[in-house]
Amino acid sequence: MPARLKAVSVRLAQAVPVIFGVIVISFLLTRALPGDPAVQFAGPAATAESIEEVRRALGLDKSLPEQFLLYLGQLARGDLGQSVSTGQPVLSELAARLPASLELTLFALILSCAVAIPLGVLAATRPGSLVDQLCRILVTAGVSLPTFFTGVVLIYVFYYLLGIAPSPLGRLDFIYLDPPHVTGFFLIDAALDGDAETWFAALKQLILPGLTLALFTLAPIARMTRAAMLSALSADYIRTARAAGLDRNKILYGYAFRNALLPVVTTLGMVFSFTLGANVLVEKVFAWPGIGSYAVEALVVSDYAAVQGFVLAMALLFVLLNLVIDLAYSAIDPRFGTSAR
Amino acid sequence: MLSVKDFQVAFKTRKGEVNAVKGISFELARGERLGIVGESGSGKSVTSYALMRILDANGRIKAGDAVYSGIDLRRAAERDMRDLRGREISMIFQNPRAALNPIRKVGHQIEDVLRQHARATRQDARKKAIEALEAVKIHDAEARYDAYPFELSGGMCQRVVCAIALACDPKLMIMDEPTTGLDITTQKAVMDLVDGLVKARGMSSILITHDLGLASEYCDRIVVMKDGRIVEEGAPTALLGTPQHAYTRKLVDATPRRGVAIRQLLPAEDRRPLAPHEIKDTPLIEVKDLIKTYQGKSGPVQAVKGISFTIREGQSVGLVGESGCGKSTTSSMLVRLFDPTSGQILFRGADLAQMPAADFARSPLRGKIQMVFQDATDSLNPRHTARQSIAEPLKRMTDLRGAAQAARVEELASLTGLPAHLLDRFPHQLSGGQKARVGIARAIATDPDFLILDEPTAALDVSIQAVVLNLLADLRARLGMSYLFVSHDLNVVRLLCDHVIVMKGGEIVDSGPVEQVMDAPAHPYTRELLSAAPQAPIPAPAA
Amino acid sequence: MTDMLTDMAKALASTPETQKKKSNGALAHTLYVLRENPVTALSFAMFAFFLGSALFGPALVPYDPLATNAAVALQPPSAAHWFGTDNLGRDVFSRVIAATRLDLVISVAAVALSFVFGSLLGAIAGYRGGMIDTVLNRILDTIMAFPLFVLAMGIVAALGNSVANIIYATAIINLPFYARLVRAEVNIRRDAGFTQAAKLAGNSDARVLAFHIFPNALPPMMVQVSLNLGWAILNAAGLSFIGLGVRPPTPEWGIMVAEGANFIVSGEWWLALFPGLWLMLAVFTFNLMGDGLRDIVDPRRRT
Repeated sequence: MPARLKAVSVRLAQAVPVIFGVIVISFLLTRALPGDPAVQFAGPAATAESIEEVRRALGLDKSLPEQFLLYLGQLARGDLGQSVSTGQPVLSELAARLPASLELTLFALILSCAVAIPLGVLAATRPGSLVDQLCRILVTAGVSLPTFFTGVVLIYVFYYLLGIAPSPLGRLDFIYLDPPHVTGFFLIDAALDGDAETWFAALKQLILPGLTLALFTLAPIARMTRAAMLSALSADYIRTARAAGLDRNKILYGYAFRNALLPVVTTLGMVFSFTLGANVLVEKVFAWPGIGSYAVEALVVSDYAAVQGFVLAMALLFVLLNLVIDLAYSAIDPRFGTSAR
Repeated sequence: MLSVKDFQVAFKTRKGEVNAVKGISFELARGERLGIVGESGSGKSVTSYALMRILDANGRIKAGDAVYSGIDLRRAAERDMRDLRGREISMIFQNPRAALNPIRKVGHQIEDVLRQHARATRQDARKKAIEALEAVKIHDAEARYDAYPFELSGGMCQRVVCAIALACDPKLMIMDEPTTGLDITTQKAVMDLVDGLVKARGMSSILITHDLGLASEYCDRIVVMKDGRIVEEGAPTALLGTPQHAYTRKLVDATPRRGVAIRQLLPAEDRRPLAPHEIKDTPLIEVKDLIKTYQGKSGPVQAVKGISFTIREGQSVGLVGESGCGKSTTSSMLVRLFDPTSGQILFRGADLAQMPAADFARSPLRGKIQMVFQDATDSLNPRHTARQSIAEPLKRMTDLRGAAQAARVEELASLTGLPAHLLDRFPHQLSGGQKARVGIARAIATDPDFLILDEPTAALDVSIQAVVLNLLADLRARLGMSYLFVSHDLNVVRLLCDHVIVMKGGEIVDSGPVEQVMDAPAHPYTRELLSAAPQAPIPAPAA
Repeated sequence: MTDMLTDMAKALASTPETQKKKSNGALAHTLYVLRENPVTALSFAMFAFFLGSALFGPALVPYDPLATNAAVALQPPSAAHWFGTDNLGRDVFSRVIAATRLDLVISVAAVALSFVFGSLLGAIAGYRGGMIDTVLNRILDTIMAFPLFVLAMGIVAALGNSVANIIYATAIINLPFYARLVRAEVNIRRDAGFTQAAKLAGNSDARVLAFHIFPNALPPMMVQVSLNLGWAILNAAGLSFIGLGVRPPTPEWGIMVAEGANFIVSGEWWLALFPGLWLMLAVFTFNLMGDGLRDIVDPRRRT
């Protein structure tokens, strides 16, 4: 056990250089702006004085290492700069919009895991069957779907043709009021409030974008589950279990599935990366008021502080998610952190 | 107890159906210990999987009957088979570490079997699992209960596999190459343990192995399989003493054992006289205080702890030891693939250790020191033909080009007995023995004076091994090379070497002329190694 | 048991009739896979179609992809305009076909860049190990610590909004995949018997790496390249969908979907559908081809 604990703390410590690297890259991205960064940061409507002011505020008159230290200081104070277009601090805007993005992403991931993992397992246990064929088609077609295109098609079918989906604009139809803010997740807040009507309205808005994103993440998870399950089923220890007369369910779920879960959990990290990226596109298609659409709006008006804040926030979120995945992994693999792994 | 009649097993493959077992029949009496012996591809393992009905999805029992205590194993419902497995018939496998679920505590894996066959309840499962571990003589079974397979040694894992197999008191134990990959002393310990339990509990057993010695030591009766058929059966002494079938004869002859000369491994008609090799008094290789230290996770690990020995011109030295004894590290340093931490390797007086391994490729001595690798498949570039592989050292280290080079490659092929028409094949198109010949031809391409043979026959079937060992003996006499023969198998070393060095834990524990070390072993470890190697009761042939 | 089966298969394969040279064997195997798996054959045909579109498409299309014609704006598909016309009266079919070149150029250039630099870095790190390996891994970890599409957004936003920068950004986010794959493939062969044998044959480390190890790592790389091409197209189209890189009125699938999306809610589906479909088909083709190549390269890794 102490070896495991040590491995976990080593993993936690490993996050530190990665976070540092992320900060360095995001700093370099800011300083690599074409032309005079001060002009860019001050925005299109800036005067000569405001540009000078921005230059001093950003420390652009100093050397690069000094600028980096200044940048670190700002980050430590939670200062990501001001958005040029809205005039608000970037941090507070990101914080306000983050729950919308998280709600969408998590909803989609839960949805796709709930479908993809059973599908992958079924396909692996019945190779060559109809389920297996379906899985193969879905997997190849799924990774080929451009998320923004899937979203557009879903809107056309379910909103325009069938009329069963609400208008694809935001998290809640305008006739409803936002539920009282507790977590920022509308489904949870509405449930806490006991407001069934708002809850259903929020769910209705969530289904199409959630489905779009889920369709995209379905493929890699199903593919990995199927492959991992197949390789687990052909392992020697499954033969031992069969020779010992264990029943089919015990072999499939107690032995094979638990081993197959390890590579699947590892893949989740990559899936998260794709999901967070696709999230930006889906938010734009469905006018979802999350941090992705915030970044897209900022890009259009060259609001650099907002874009860099967004990139940094996403990276930190992803580092955190990876950490959670690895810790989950350490809980299910006894070999974690030993030389056997 | 078990009666198998005209049993056939077939596999569906891309190239149509392949018959792996082509109609075999045998009986097994209660309390009898049967050995099934054969080389790779003989269908011996497939037979056992088919009896247990655990064939892969593409395999099926095609015809014949197998009846175990009145139960038709071919037609029984899957539910009944499941009930039978582990409770009536158990099985243990090769590669014990992989045979255990890597992420489940070994105690729980035993409990699974006990619970499945209703031999334990939730309350007493733990107690019974620990008893099962104690039954296979695992010390401190209470603590081992919570161990994961990766925390146990290979021998220990095989004991756990045995504990799983024996937990429900089965009547028949099938062992499929149970000791492949284990060291010789571990092999003996595991086999003695299982055999003792089988006898004590009045069980029957089937031992599937390629090793005649192992089979004759632990079986009452042996059947010999070849290409999916049984060619001969009988009691070990009779079968090995007076083999009737030509294939059995060949197998028996090819088995290395005490008291035979290398030529006697071959079929009688191939035993041309062996030219003697000349051993000079001048030293070719002198190793002095050689040390290799690795940087391990928990501090430095000394793999080789200051060893010294001498190989004279024309002499063949055997380097023997179990896995982890440092013999492979030593050979890698001698062939200059690794740098030693300290010490000298004198080649005709010049210290090779002075030149870093990375630069040795350019040394004129590179061609003088060559090696034949353990795994012929792994040591040939999969994208090069046999011709390209053999020509590679010629291109890099000699001036031979064009027709002269091609002629030299063909000369090497004929020296090593590789038919010229195979030269344009890729490794995957060659058999194990042919690949071994390519490896040897490549190693002798630059006329080396010193050849390191790193278990060159470990992956080969025994009849091919006999041929390759004889080829090596011929080449030594013909080209006047010195050998360092690295092996775990003392019986093989005895055949080819003049002098032998025994290593353990990075140190040389014993050394001397082959006859002295092998026939009158002075060191207890050498004695242990010698007694652990199973000896097939084969009478020495009349020379 | 699998070993045994392979041995048996080998024994069968070496019957006199089948004793042919490797090139024939590989060709026969390729044909076998194509016959066995017509989907793979279809993907090769579709790839040829896209390649043809990219090379000759702009010259063959019936209308100028940039020519506006207010008189025929927002027409549904018809005999004259197979894919209909957009809000400026441009022919959607001509624009979709003409866009193939740009989309393929972006993905091929990006993948080529990441292939070359990724292989180089990965091969050296995998062979040398030690410090270089650690440093490279740290850098790759840092790149991978970003959600990749988000990093691409950041890079294009920082470097400037141009097609070249889309290519660089896509190449950078693809680089870790190649570097890691090559590193792993080289690493498992670093101590292989044939590597040691090559050293004993007098090859220097550089020669061993370049002529003995790397060629053996190529087949899995080819699979990765094919799968990656599809992903690179998706990525580039995604970037232009949110307004980065390609600027209107240049025909490009992502930007056409973005423009068409505004008309979806009023029922003019053809503006977004056809470019989206083409994009999907192109990605699908590369993915199918990747899977097919995987089967050809190594039937056991079929998943």
